[in-house]
Amino acid sequence: MSENVLTIRDLSIEYQTDRGILKAMRHVNLDIPRGSIVGVVGESGCGKSTLISSIIRLLAPNASVPNGSIEFEAQDLLKLSQDEMRKIRGTRLSIVFQDPMSTLNPVLSIGKQMTDIQYRDKKTMAEKRARSIDMLSRVGIPDPENRLKQFPHEFSGGMQQRISIAMALQAEPSLLIADEPTTALDATLEVQIIHLLKELQANMECSILFISHHLGVIAELCNHVVVMYAGEVVEQGTVQDVFKNPTHPYTIKLLECDPAAISEKSRSLPTIPGEIPDLVSLPEGCVFKNRCDRSIESCDTITPGWTEFNAGHFVSCHLVQT
Amino acid sequence: MPGWIPASGPRCDVIMKDMIKRIAADPLGLLGLVLVTLMVVSALFAALIAPYDPIALNIMDRLQGPSWSHLLGTDQLGRDLFSRVLFGGQVALKVALVSIGLALSIGVVLGMIAGFGPAWLDNVIMLFFDTIRSFPTVMFALATVALVGPSLSTVIVVIVVTSIPTYGRVVRTQTLIIKSNEFVKAEIVMGASTIRILAVHILPNVVGPLLILASMDIPTVIALEAGLSFLGMGVKPPTPSWGSILNDGYTLIRNTPWPIIAGSIPLVLVTLGFTFLGESLRDQLDPKLRKSL
Amino acid sequence: MFLYLVKRVLLGLLIVVFAVTLLFCMIHMVPGDPARILLGPRATPEMITTISAQMGLDKPLPVQILKFFGNLLRGDMGMDVITNRPVATIVFGQLPYTLWLIFTAIIGAMLIGIPLGCYSALHRNSLADRITGVISVACITAPAFVVALYSLLIFAVTLKWFPAVGAGDKGQFWDQVNHLVMPAFAIGLSWVGYLSRLVRASMLEVLGDNHIRTARAYGLRENTVVYQYALKLAVLPTVTVIGVGMGFLLSAALFTEIVFARPGIGKLIFDSITTRNYPVVMGSVLISTIMFVISTTLSDLVNAWLDPRIRASL
Repeated sequence: MSENVLTIRDLSIEYQTDRGILKAMRHVNLDIPRGSIVGVVGESGCGKSTLISSIIRLLAPNASVPNGSIEFEAQDLLKLSQDEMRKIRGTRLSIVFQDPMSTLNPVLSIGKQMTDIQYRDKKTMAEKRARSIDMLSRVGIPDPENRLKQFPHEFSGGMQQRISIAMALQAEPSLLIADEPTTALDATLEVQIIHLLKELQANMECSILFISHHLGVIAELCNHVVVMYAGEVVEQGTVQDVFKNPTHPYTIKLLECDPAAISEKSRSLPTIPGEIPDLVSLPEGCVFKNRCDRSIESCDTITPGWTEFNAGHFVSCHLVQT
Repeated sequence: MPGWIPASGPRCDVIMKDMIKRIAADPLGLLGLVLVTLMVVSALFAALIAPYDPIALNIMDRLQGPSWSHLLGTDQLGRDLFSRVLFGGQVALKVALVSIGLALSIGVVLGMIAGFGPAWLDNVIMLFFDTIRSFPTVMFALATVALVGPSLSTVIVVIVVTSIPTYGRVVRTQTLIIKSNEFVKAEIVMGASTIRILAVHILPNVVGPLLILASMDIPTVIALEAGLSFLGMGVKPPTPSWGSILNDGYTLIRNTPWPIIAGSIPLVLVTLGFTFLGESLRDQLDPKLRKSL
Repeated sequence: MFLYLVKRVLLGLLIVVFAVTLLFCMIHMVPGDPARILLGPRATPEMITTISAQMGLDKPLPVQILKFFGNLLRGDMGMDVITNRPVATIVFGQLPYTLWLIFTAIIGAMLIGIPLGCYSALHRNSLADRITGVISVACITAPAFVVALYSLLIFAVTLKWFPAVGAGDKGQFWDQVNHLVMPAFAIGLSWVGYLSRLVRASMLEVLGDNHIRTARAYGLRENTVVYQYALKLAVLPTVTVIGVGMGFLLSAALFTEIVFARPGIGKLIFDSITTRNYPVVMGSVLISTIMFVISTTLSDLVNAWLDPRIRASL
């Protein structure tokens, strides 16, 4: 799959807890084509954080990987040692987190944090600083040279997030993982950050894995979208395909519930009734069945397979078996 | 209209039984519980358990090591160390309970006044607290003893005075926090009396942290009494106190180690016991801290 | 930042003023003639007259307090009733011994306790960690004078490795160091336990923080993450604790000096009480209190300086 920068096949992650084994991710398939922006959408508990943790290999100590592979630049990340992973993190693969204030270390200047990441480069400190300054100006931080010695709390939330993006893109990685980078920001800032990401992605030709629960942003920013539910990928395809022709009942409901999609005025917002199932004692069959309004008999007992019912448009649902 | 809103969850007696069970499940907590119970029981029933009168002199038997007739040996006046240790436990327990009890009561009242009353009163009380806290405790105790002479009551008064700020501050902080809660503001607007608010909203919320503080304070207080008695500034001889036994031991250090051992073992075991118990208690009542352990 | 400095120092001064007033009131609250109380049973009529004049005991109370402060500011804490030397000279003569003792104890405790706590945090729940944990608690709870007594018993009397008495001969550096080891050990032991637990808890909290996760996510070396990013954050509480712990340090020093018959403020207070030398008692307690206030003020200031967040918000 050389046209993909990241290929995840059949990935399952389990956590050992007091109550039993929690199956956080099950048989997940995910493709990130080169140069594209892939969005991952899903509600809390769908497995987004576990997905990220497994790609960067910073899973909690009680996690295990019973099966699957994560191919990145011709290497299976799951087979690498932590030392080898460390060579990749921050250079070929990097990440922007949701809350910039808790991402940036409050007692170190941003200059130190940005030059520290470059420790693998055999460059002088002056060259490293120059690189950081250049990156900061690219993300729109005014007067970057003087701001290097400042501390995170001296910047506004929006600027802090720009700094995080600058840190992440400094080494020109092939893949940037953005974990809900705009959730903590207000709407105007959100728009700015999205535009920034688009621009940088085009200039630097990196791919982005963009996690969000904001459908509007995904529609605006991403080429591809992956819909996750309770640890499984239920639908995947281009943004046009999935948003125009949603196939999985969950995707359909998600789009219906998006406030932007409401066409009629009413007193209550649409919701999906019910809750995600207990990931420790999963029921048989389809994981969405207790909230689905179109389930059929086989949904109760058989887990649906992964079907490509349209070019590049995959879905996991009994109603779409070809 | 908010009625009585419980501080946190289920009823007090249910919490107690549950807590004791959980403390017993934690090995260190269980050890603490055992040691504390042992101390309390032996102190309460000292008169029944002690084989000898703790102040009875018997010069013929002086400076003996441990034996079946004298479990911990005898001191320089032939007094049985084991009996003295048991009665010393009584002194320790008495000082701890009385002084912490008094300090708690006064501290709670002052803290609530500071938190609930006008700002100037708060500042005055806090300045008062900070001033007392600026004295190293033992120094303060010695200064007081220097002026009024050594006795058990002096020790108790000193401990009470120096402990009040600790409890007072906690109560004040909680009072301030709760006072700013919406439902309390609502009650004030609707005319609820100060007493009602203090008793119903603030007091239940304060009990938890106070209990933890007090249980962690007991070993400190016992050690303080022992320390003062060690210096001869506490209980008057011949009343036994673990501290005065240690004092005797100090003068006899080149002759026999047994008085030191006799006086120190109960002291260390008891402080350890209360500390383990207190920590276990804190783990139960403050789950936020549990995570970082 | 400067404003905070000024405010904090002023608060410290205010507390000292109140503490001195409190001491003063204590002397006067005791029933009887303050002059007699201060001078004790050895009071001769001339001494009573002198001290009454010195303290203005016939004048109204506020004037007395002012006189007290006035004397203090001139460095006059009264005269020692036995040798008739100025109290200030006596107290400041003994102070260095106590300061050295405390300083050595704390530095030693930090050198052992902080790495121990760091190690325990990194190897959480290992056997070494659990054992260290229990021993730490034991160290913390054992009262200072008990530790001093046992050190004396085991190392000085029984094994005779270290001297049991005194501070060593003046001018003989190594002799003085030799005499410093046991007392510093006695005080420092509980601090080793305390610091290691504090650093451990602090490190664990910081290591779970998001910034540490980010640092790792950026591929920084584990050493860098732990020692430059985590430890710096985790050590902050230690500074405050030591500053506030000066009170405990002074109390522990008191007992240790007495047990080891070492000169210092503690022994001075104790000896003066037994000889009813009240001016010396008051002077020593005063100096100890001032030291305590200075150390808490300093530690607040250092804490503010170390944490850029606090610095910026001031």
